[in-house]
Amino acid sequence: MYSRRVTNSGAPITPDPATRSGLPAARLREIYRLMALARALDERAWILNRSGRVHFVISAQGHEGAEAGICAALTPGRDWLLPYYRSMAAVLAFGMTPREVMLQQFGRADDPGSGGRQMPAHYGGAAYRIFSSSSPVGTQALHAAGIALASKLRGESQVAAVMMGEGASNQGDVHEALNFAAIHRLPMVLLVENNGYAISVPAEKQVAVRDLAVRAAGYNMPGVIVDGTDVLGCYLAMRDAVARALAGDGPTFIEAKVTRLTGHSSDDQQTKYRTEEDLAAGRGRDPLPAFRDELRAAGLLDDAAEAAIAAEVRGLVDEATDFAEAAADPDPGTLTRHVYAEPG
Amino acid sequence: MAVRTFIEAIREGLRDEMRRDAMVIVLGEDVGKKGGVFFATDGLWAEFGDDRVIDTPLTESMIAGVSIGAAANGLRPVAEIQFADFIFPAMNQIISEAARIRYRSNGTFGCPITIRAPFGAGVHGALYHSQSVEAFFAHVPGLKVVIPSTPYDAKGLLRSAIRDPDPVIYLEHKKMYRSVRGEVPDGEYTVPLSRATVTREGSRVTVVTYGLMVHYALDAAERVAGEGIETEVVDLRTIRPLDAATVLASVRKTGKCLVVHEDNRFGGFGAEVAALVAEEAFDYLDGPVTRLAGPESPATPYASVLEDAFLITPEKIATAIRTLAAY
Repeated sequence: MYSRRVTNSGAPITPDPATRSGLPAARLREIYRLMALARALDERAWILNRSGRVHFVISAQGHEGAEAGICAALTPGRDWLLPYYRSMAAVLAFGMTPREVMLQQFGRADDPGSGGRQMPAHYGGAAYRIFSSSSPVGTQALHAAGIALASKLRGESQVAAVMMGEGASNQGDVHEALNFAAIHRLPMVLLVENNGYAISVPAEKQVAVRDLAVRAAGYNMPGVIVDGTDVLGCYLAMRDAVARALAGDGPTFIEAKVTRLTGHSSDDQQTKYRTEEDLAAGRGRDPLPAFRDELRAAGLLDDAAEAAIAAEVRGLVDEATDFAEAAADPDPGTLTRHVYAEPG
Repeated sequence: MAVRTFIEAIREGLRDEMRRDAMVIVLGEDVGKKGGVFFATDGLWAEFGDDRVIDTPLTESMIAGVSIGAAANGLRPVAEIQFADFIFPAMNQIISEAARIRYRSNGTFGCPITIRAPFGAGVHGALYHSQSVEAFFAHVPGLKVVIPSTPYDAKGLLRSAIRDPDPVIYLEHKKMYRSVRGEVPDGEYTVPLSRATVTREGSRVTVVTYGLMVHYALDAAERVAGEGIETEVVDLRTIRPLDAATVLASVRKTGKCLVVHEDNRFGGFGAEVAALVAEEAFDYLDGPVTRLAGPESPATPYASVLEDAFLITPEKIATAIRTLAAY
């Protein structure tokens, strides 16, 4: 249903991306731009880390296609995002700026999610309905169910979209959240970004099923498998899930098969536990060139447009890096603020 | 004023807050038609319906985690954990999430949830229906821990907890549910969090305690009064944030401090009170700060003779007061 409509050689199969998705050409280019921006910010973070300017990077490279496609079916400002540490593209889609991403990367006072308190990629943004995220994995599934419960009880038409890796999806909290959301037919969508590894542990040692989405049957909800390199396939799956959620038909479990192009984090060396063949296969499933080629093959992106996007992205990342690096650190005098609500 | 049992006061507090604020919901195991295993929520489902009184699956982490999310999106959840003994599956949600959401978001998100749980021994509940869990939560910045001892305080503190912008663990000693009665005003009132109260004034010994042990301490104080020992009883009511000023003022007056709780002694809340008194009122002390607390067993055993041996009693408190007063 959501299978890829373009061959590996890039030769298009009708219908073209605009017809298939129903999205105008400008919107498709915007999705590509978002992916390119997420990638460039991520790559810059690694450079900053390896040059000793930021302490830590946890990378989203390879996950951008699934997230950009999924978020294209959501409505920032209306819907809620429960991100995880590979949700760079998603938080950008919800309105976070490159400056804000870099402020968190540097742990600066003006980091909007945490004021420099959280590790990089532990996103949050009240202004964007991006709920604050933590490091224990899977906990956010229950927060998504709670947010969706409140939407339902308050009569708000909104969706809670929660993202996590396949490793996190084994947590009991995820089971408890899916069970509760299904019982109450809550407007929630779970996206599991299955990159095949929980740090170093391969999928076959994490789960006894090939496809995590089959677990959805146990909760009496649809389970959808999408190719995370097929951006529009992800979009179409999410479009259906959002429609279901808003119609009161309950949650959907979407599993996107993605690739992790880097180590788990800046403190991980994945060549220690992955073969060169495995890594090469992963590089072959990079969603960014795949989507670019798809748009180019359909005549929706040309050299000039691609170059313009690349130049704009480079400028944004440079500017955001300079801005965040020059920004003020948190005041140590604020260390014990906001433990409890402050008067006034 | 009407006389209410402890559990009636809690039930009225829930009902009144649900009437006052349509965003207040109750969720937990058996809280709906049944009204809770102790009937704390009895009648709420009939008045407020399925949407606001939610019977959950047997999933404590879900109860806490869904409450956190619902609070982020405008609701004021009051979660019931059926027994405090079963709260441990929710510890990650309570400690890693609820307690830290405000801090980690630099004040941009809050977590206005209340988690109620019956705790404590003395009802033949054995290892898993008797535990005291307050020390685990009192350790965590970002949480508030409330333990009322009277129907008046139970209702007034519960209202304050529900209206509070931060997560509150509200612990109810189950032995008090129907054995403790007291006057409760009909109208609107609240009791502020983080304020201790001096329940009985005295000059020789200060007993610092909370919950059911307040009643036992008052009983003990009567027993030793005839022996010329005037005991002051401080009811903490909220153990975090702690009202240190009330504790210290009392100890500076009496010079002697006994801390009583049913929870385990080692690493228990009494250690925190003892350290506070030692650090801040050392010059006033003329006896060792003393703890009377649960024995060194992981929980309360079932057989009556074993449970009786485990429990703090008024006479045990009286003995500890006499020993301390003799210094």
